[in-house]
Amino acid sequence: MSEASPVKAYALHAGVIAFLFVLSFVLPAYYHGLLARILVLAVFAMGYNMLFGYVGLLSLGHAMFFSVGLYGAGLAVIHLGWSVPLAFLGGIACGAALAVVIGLLALRTTGVAFMIVTMMFAQVFYLVILYFASWTGGDQGMVVPQPARVLTFGATSLDLTDPTVRYMTALVLFSVVLLITLAIVRSRYGRVLVAIRENEERTRMLGYNTFSNKLAAIVVSGAICAASGAAYALLFGYVGSSFASVQYSILPLLWVLLGGAATTLGPLIGTLFMYYVTDVTSAYTSAYLLIVGIALIALVLFFPKGILGSLRQRWLGWLP
Amino acid sequence: MTPLLTTKGLSRDFGGLRAVDNVDFTLMPGEIRAVIGPNGAGKTTFVSLLSGRIRPSGGMIVFDGADITELPEYARVRKGIAYTFQITSIYANLSVYANVALPAQLTQRHGHSPSAVQGAVMDALERVGLADQAAMLAGQLSYGHQRLLEVAMGLALKPRLLILDEPTQGLADSEIDNFIALVREIAASATVLLIEHNMPVVMQLADRITVFNMGSILAEGTPEAVRQNAAVQEAYLGSAP
Repeated sequence: MSEASPVKAYALHAGVIAFLFVLSFVLPAYYHGLLARILVLAVFAMGYNMLFGYVGLLSLGHAMFFSVGLYGAGLAVIHLGWSVPLAFLGGIACGAALAVVIGLLALRTTGVAFMIVTMMFAQVFYLVILYFASWTGGDQGMVVPQPARVLTFGATSLDLTDPTVRYMTALVLFSVVLLITLAIVRSRYGRVLVAIRENEERTRMLGYNTFSNKLAAIVVSGAICAASGAAYALLFGYVGSSFASVQYSILPLLWVLLGGAATTLGPLIGTLFMYYVTDVTSAYTSAYLLIVGIALIALVLFFPKGILGSLRQRWLGWLP
Repeated sequence: MTPLLTTKGLSRDFGGLRAVDNVDFTLMPGEIRAVIGPNGAGKTTFVSLLSGRIRPSGGMIVFDGADITELPEYARVRKGIAYTFQITSIYANLSVYANVALPAQLTQRHGHSPSAVQGAVMDALERVGLADQAAMLAGQLSYGHQRLLEVAMGLALKPRLLILDEPTQGLADSEIDNFIALVREIAASATVLLIEHNMPVVMQLADRITVFNMGSILAEGTPEAVRQNAAVQEAYLGSAP
């Protein structure tokens, strides 16, 4: 029981990554592009899951971490002429720094107050983007010019606008974050996070500084979400304020709930599911949101722990 | 011999109520000390002040020669003060193993191999007799076993002072006998501070007894001396008819 079947877990994750790799050569162009986008957004969901799933902190402001990465990377390329890797790292650094500040302030609250405080900070961030329209492009957003979206390694260069390069870059980011999440969850630190979720006072009385552990979790979560945003700006070339709106704080929550909170692969499943249900139903009717809503209600009724969470509860106890 | 723990003028107010009133208390290393007293005497508040769950309104606490009055609870745990809850406070949704792994990994910080943690966990579970149930969800254990799991979590911290808050509450008589043996075994390696209502348990286990009443210490001494003390009889055991 103790260190439940690590081999199985690692094999499953390697299998998923390999499957996604093969899909790149099989999928038709439209779905190929869509899946690249889903992989990047699944990273966003994984970052959200880190905090919500494992630590049990429900934030309604994660759009700010995604968009600080988005703008951090995008604006660095547009205004400062930074190279792609530098802009990407800059985006992550912005996310981590913002997370430290937000964490120090928001962690003074819990429960509903934490939700409201994070949401307020995200709204402030959104309004700041609109206010400084001359740099951010306001509600129009900005396009990251195509020539700037090239990765150069000495003589070779990779054009991130090329569909295959874009897909593979997204897959690399997804895989790295997935394996980082898996490693954290299985580590001693991951055990402390889950303990905080289950019973914070008990965890303090077992010798853990729960505040600093939660702060670290917010920083990891914020950095992962910012990495997703930075990758989005560099791969898809658009930086827009809609990504900072409250909708993008709710979406990762839905993705994670759908796929299964506190499962490593749940965020991918949830993001995939939402996108494909939306995609398929919108082909048939303009009232597709109604069908998405019904699908969500059905899931909550029959799979309250999300898809993977329910599978784990009933059959696959070893699932990380 | 220097005391393991002393308090000087320790007080705690809740609004207008003085729950712990100017308590001077000394605990020697290696002893089993029982704290008894009527309901509302301030026993749980007193040990909560020692463990750091609540802050004193006044006075100081010295542990192993160092002033720990201002230390947060998690830092006191790391110094060796472990507290087991009066109302069972385990991680019901996690396995029995995981419940004990959390405190065990704290003390096995330097043995970085997972097997060091595993060894410490199984050791603690064996001492309380729960090794067979390691894979079960803690919430599925019987109440008596959950109490034992509480103790195992305390043991895994390898404490120098283990505070047990009404550990036999809700246990069956047969379980209580085992529990007494367990506490004796624990006392070989740690100092035990025990809040207990069950008088036979107190009389069998305690080297010394501290009697609380109205937030202050009414009497202190060996079980025999406390039993003979007229003030204690009146306040706690009831005055003679």
